[in-house]
Amino acid sequence: MRGTSGVLIMKTMQLRLTVNGETRQWTIAPGDLLLDVLRREGCYGVKRGCEKGECGACTVLLDGKPINSCLMFAAQAEGCDILTIEGLAVGDVLDPLQEAFLDHGAVQCGYCTPGMILNAKALLARNPHPSEAEVRETMAGNYCRCTGYLKPVEAVLAAAGRAPAPARSGRKAVKR
Amino acid sequence: MSGDRAVVGQNLRKVDGVKLVTGRPAFTDDIHLPGMLIGKILPSPHAHARIKRIDTGKARALPGVHAVLTYKDVPRVPHTTAGQAWPEPSPYDTYLLDNKVRFVGDRVAAVAAETRAIAEKALRLIEVEYEVLPAVLEIEQAMASGVAVIHDEPDSTKIFDREHNIAGYILREIGNVEEGFRASDLIFEREFRTGRQQHCPLEPHVAIAWLDADQRLVIRTSTQVPYHARRQVAMILQIPVSRVHVIKPRIGGGFGGKQEMLLEDITGALALATKRPVKIEFTREEEFYMARSRHPQILRMKMGVKRDGTIVASQLTVLATTGAYGSHSTTVQGNTGSKVLPLYRAEHMRFECHVVYTNTPVAGAFRGYGCPQGFFAQETLVDEIAEELGRDPVEFRRQNMIRLGDIDKLSAQLGEGKEGLPRHIRSCGLPECLDRAAAAVDWDGKRNAAGGPAHLKRGVGMAATMQGSGIAGVDWASAFLKMNEDGSFFLQVGAADVGAGADTVLAQIAAETLGVSLDKVVITSGDTDITPFDVGAYASSTTIISGGAVRKAAEKVRAHVLDMAAKMLDAPVDKLECGDNQVYTICECRKAVSMAELAMHAMYKEKTQIMDGASHFNTDSPPPFCVTFAEVEVDTETGKVRVLHLVTAVDPGTAINPMQAEGQVEGAVAQGLGYALIEELLLDGQGRPRNASFLDYKIFSAKDMPRLTTILVETDEPLGPFGAKSISEVPINGPAPAIANAIYHAVGIRLRKLPIRPEDVLRELREKLPTL
Ligand code: FES
Ligand code: FES
Repeated sequence: MRGTSGVLIMKTMQLRLTVNGETRQWTIAPGDLLLDVLRREGCYGVKRGCEKGECGACTVLLDGKPINSCLMFAAQAEGCDILTIEGLAVGDVLDPLQEAFLDHGAVQCGYCTPGMILNAKALLARNPHPSEAEVRETMAGNYCRCTGYLKPVEAVLAAAGRAPAPARSGRKAVKR
Repeated sequence: MSGDRAVVGQNLRKVDGVKLVTGRPAFTDDIHLPGMLIGKILPSPHAHARIKRIDTGKARALPGVHAVLTYKDVPRVPHTTAGQAWPEPSPYDTYLLDNKVRFVGDRVAAVAAETRAIAEKALRLIEVEYEVLPAVLEIEQAMASGVAVIHDEPDSTKIFDREHNIAGYILREIGNVEEGFRASDLIFEREFRTGRQQHCPLEPHVAIAWLDADQRLVIRTSTQVPYHARRQVAMILQIPVSRVHVIKPRIGGGFGGKQEMLLEDITGALALATKRPVKIEFTREEEFYMARSRHPQILRMKMGVKRDGTIVASQLTVLATTGAYGSHSTTVQGNTGSKVLPLYRAEHMRFECHVVYTNTPVAGAFRGYGCPQGFFAQETLVDEIAEELGRDPVEFRRQNMIRLGDIDKLSAQLGEGKEGLPRHIRSCGLPECLDRAAAAVDWDGKRNAAGGPAHLKRGVGMAATMQGSGIAGVDWASAFLKMNEDGSFFLQVGAADVGAGADTVLAQIAAETLGVSLDKVVITSGDTDITPFDVGAYASSTTIISGGAVRKAAEKVRAHVLDMAAKMLDAPVDKLECGDNQVYTICECRKAVSMAELAMHAMYKEKTQIMDGASHFNTDSPPPFCVTFAEVEVDTETGKVRVLHLVTAVDPGTAINPMQAEGQVEGAVAQGLGYALIEELLLDGQGRPRNASFLDYKIFSAKDMPRLTTILVETDEPLGPFGAKSISEVPINGPAPAIANAIYHAVGIRLRKLPIRPEDVLRELREKLPTL
């Protein structure tokens, strides 16, 4: 798949994969980035921040592992199981991470948010009770220019049961 | 202050939060239009050149290319890209496309093609013959006689002195500083330098333009200033304002970089040329050098003090560069004086500034808007003065700082590119900010503790800063509200939420005023066809100015609601109250009608739409105040500075949503930290960017952030809705001087250049202790 000679000969190809629990078959060009194909197919929650693997905005889970979809050809995802942010909530029921991000004010512009949440999702799957340092280490790959990271880190810890959720309609924020 | 308020002052979830955490299509690029073309801009490879010949034949002939535009194909209308209220104070020195390029990255041509690959190939097929001109890259060279004139075109206007590359010049004085210095016991004077920081919004600039069924030009764009963009695009493309529709969807961060009409004009021109939808999206690399950045400055700060610690005179002389175009040139630099010097009550103040053109990337608005530079100089010098006088830096500031009841007269002289208005201090939480932040960092304990292992030295430092809340007499906004059958309200505002939470705050203000829960307010913002005018998201104006308009509109609608309820309940209006999604009597009879019942009655019995709107502006700009304390550890072997703790105490007036307010502080602090230590867009000897990627430029990540403590010191500002001022800009000013002062406390060296790099620290350390 990665060989460039093949890329030049083939014009289009069929890609079969599972996205957010549904089997999909898409016509792609061999050189298409996974990021571009996912967005083209309606997964707009996969964000483009740099296209160089440096910001994490395009993070999706590929067979449960976070990857930068801007660094991967779509063709490489043949037969894989992909989770994008659109597939995280179950119906209208948000994932605890999504709830925690809202409750902790961890979302500002929201552009980095899908990548952050998915990266955290994978972390909690392999380490349900991470320390703050572990959360920060994992999230180092997700740049955020809005929040200064404090509230996103708190949200992940809260979703992991490591930090109290702030009172939703308490009169005042918990002052630190 | 917020007493028994149900909505204002509460940590409510963002009104647009769910769609963001679920990744629903909400941003500019999250749509696909049939037949959409991809636009690309050919960037100049030269810092300064004239286009002698440009041949687009081959590019146009490439299959899949639908348009190639050069200066020959578009109207030549001098304008500024600064998204400011008309008439913009920035020079009109920019053209949609020109036959001269003035920085590496300047527009040479633009193409629209079926795919990005074809568009990129078309760019390579454009043949350009340049007459390369000598480039002015160094800020200190710009005014010298004999250097190249960057804006030699005759049709640009509002340039201060084009022959000497001076975009703007400012001189303001209150009192008489020379007299002040004569009356001082001690005089201090130092030079400071600041770097070119880039905004790095996670979403790069992107715009999509198309013609709707009525052939009106629709532009969906990542902007902070939809209304200014509409006006400017109409002027540049020479079509009526009524033929342009600007839509601001969710925005992936702006920080001032999107207070700029940057892609809307060229995307619109391509859409008009092709009659097809066209999208232009900056790559990250393009965002770094083709978008905007913070103005680099060289600052000379001079202060005269009495032995008792009274600051008598302060003078700031600035040489700044705006890069190749004068976007925000005099206004950013004006702030460097007007928002900075008056923090201390010197009787004599003088501010002088030259803003020069250089053949470098264009500077523009950036959170803090000139204040980070000014406060870096002032707060570092004040620290040095306190040290010389043997005074505690906190107490020295306390003695001199502005206080309740003061009038800042420098602001009266220095407005938005013209005379301004005096600032009256009607709310001031500075003393409490000092107390609480000092306690949080353990100032007294750590100031006196010498510590750390041999080569790791710890220190604490601090800085005090302020900002404004809107531009007095310039910024204005409007809001419109109408009631629906279910007792909910549609709130329409021109204000532009760029991720900082404006929609939520404005909806909270409406809900509180109307006595309904937040879910009963549905907000639409930043759509020039639907929402009324607003200058946009800048100058820390949204909460106080747009919020003021919302408050007024909601009060009018509330009056209509009460009138209706008075009829329905047969009770006098002054015995009625709104709350809990209903109107109830406050007399013995205890009658109530729900908002939903009331709305149905109004609409289908009285045949009346309950609705109203209002506009709002202020003639003053109440400053939010901020105090930043930093604890650092300096490695004397490597020069590396590690920030351990940053404490920020802010007086934002009332925090309409404290959780969001804290988020604004933390985000600003992270950017201020980057500005202090690592962030700088570097250019090579030809003016080409050297680090135009995240990998090379680097911003702070979750892993390298220090501990952050945020303290909100709420006050009640009479001019703000529910007592609110502003918060999002002021905390960015403090980290750099606080860190520089902490480094001094740790190892005894003064760093006066930003960013503070390990090599600078090492060099200073070696100078101080040659044995190291
Ligand atoms: S867009 Fe993939 S890492 Fe930035
Ligand atoms: S919330 Fe805006 S980039 Fe993270």
